[in-house]
Amino acid sequence: MDMANQARIKEIAEKYGSENVVVVLGGAEAESAGLTAETVIAGDPTYAGPLTNIALKLPVYHILELKELVDPQVYEDQISMMEMVLEVDEIVAEMSNIRDELMKD
Amino acid sequence: MTIDKSFFAGKKICILGDRDGIPGPAIAECMKTIGGEIVFTSTECFV
Repeated sequence: MDMANQARIKEIAEKYGSENVVVVLGGAEAESAGLTAETVIAGDPTYAGPLTNIALKLPVYHILELKELVDPQVYEDQISMMEMVLEVDEIVAEMSNIRDELMKD
Repeated sequence: MTIDKSFFAGKKICILGDRDGIPGPAIAECMKTIGGEIVFTSTECFV
């Protein structure tokens, strides 16, 4: 997750409070989505960015996980093309694993 | 996954899209139909 985005997320969480912030991802691969999720929950695993050692514990979801909640026509227009080429099951499983592992207190 | 629209009500939404996956603006269009207030939208490039 790039440094500028880490800084923005940190700033937003500090401004509004972590309990009021939700992060939604669009990562192409399970691994990259998982790393981003890990960063906003438990801190930067590469120890390079502004979120190093800062566990914001932000709820984080991939947009593919929220399909049932999105207006079907909008989902069709915006997401369905990419949904066909992405490894949806892998991404959803990774997001779920990361949350289960890191969101528990 | 047990999550519904009410979870997002009143929340500040940060969107981290991916140039090779789902871009930020596409996620934003979807989130507008779910709820919450979008406070940040970005599209990362992991290459």
